[in-house]
Amino acid sequence: MEIGLKEFIIAIVTLNKDMVNSSTAPIFYAANEEHLERLALLIAKTTRGMVHDLEGGTYIIVKH
Amino acid sequence: MDKHFITIVISVILGVIARTYMMRIDYRQYPTYPQAYLSHFTLGVIAAGLGAVVIPAITEKEYVAITFLAIAAQHFRDVRSMERESLDNIEPTELVPKGTAYIEDIAKTFEARNYMAIITATATGTAMYIGEVLEIPILLRTLLGIIVGVIIIFLLNKMLQTRFVADIAEIKEAEITFEGPILTIAGVGVMNIGLKESREVFLANGLAVEMIPKDPNAVAVLSNIGQRQAIQHNVAIQLGIRKDMDEPDFTPIARRNPENGNIVMAIVAMEPDMECLIEAVKRTPVLESSKRKPLDSYVGEQIKHS
Repeated sequence: MEIGLKEFIIAIVTLNKDMVNSSTAPIFYAANEEHLERLALLIAKTTRGMVHDLEGGTYIIVKH
Repeated sequence: MDKHFITIVISVILGVIARTYMMRIDYRQYPTYPQAYLSHFTLGVIAAGLGAVVIPAITEKEYVAITFLAIAAQHFRDVRSMERESLDNIEPTELVPKGTAYIEDIAKTFEARNYMAIITATATGTAMYIGEVLEIPILLRTLLGIIVGVIIIFLLNKMLQTRFVADIAEIKEAEITFEGPILTIAGVGVMNIGLKESREVFLANGLAVEMIPKDPNAVAVLSNIGQRQAIQHNVAIQLGIRKDMDEPDFTPIARRNPENGNIVMAIVAMEPDMECLIEAVKRTPVLESSKRKPLDSYVGEQIKHS
């Protein structure tokens, strides 16, 4: 049997430097739009999560 | 024993035919070939054998023999759990999972098909025994047995026939659009796709369909999550899916329009052919466990008349 986290935000990738980490998911600050996409993609690939766009320069990576 | 020999042999043969007739190797590759195929064939022979000896045992006044059937029923229930377990075990290895409802349906089918072998063999045996009582010559008796067996196979097949999605819904092409990051098909938001690259892939190669249920019963069937998973799985294995395990973006997801019960689904297929996609959806079986007939209930009747 496989055991793992599901329906869980693994990471937050954002351009918004004011966002402060308050809980379990780590925040990654991106320098620009391009970096944001790239970071999100890399984290998603390594964690097999899915990237969701919250708009306003914030992506979350969720494990489904 | 000798006088029952022909009856038993003919019954077993027809029982086995009943079982093997239902064991086609098609796109599902299930039962897997050759090993699972052989084990199911053997179980079919055992089932047919059990069914075949029922009538001779009764004519010999060996009534205790009937208890064997109870053991057989127990045994074939085990077949069901064996199938379920094995499918459950391989489920994590599927790119697009079958879903528990589809697995349960397959497992149930396997159990039922063994009973089919028993029933066919018993019916053949009964026909041949009746022939014996009426003192029909052995050749004609054999022929009678075969005819009855074939009729039973035919009837049971008809009874066990699955319905397909095409019978309960109309399938038509739909367009993929994006509302911000939300993948939208025919006005229904399906999922949030964050990566621009993935969105471009969807817009370039994605195909989408809309399933429009024909009546309120069909609405209830298609709303079942297991039924939708079965559709996703079938489409993905038939068209091939452009996805690997680290790309959850491209998992086909069938979503429901809560307003009218229509189902929409998008897929990025290896073979982006709309006709094939529609055909694959149409040919998905309606799962026994997702069948609902709300219109047949008292409340359903009231709603129909109001």
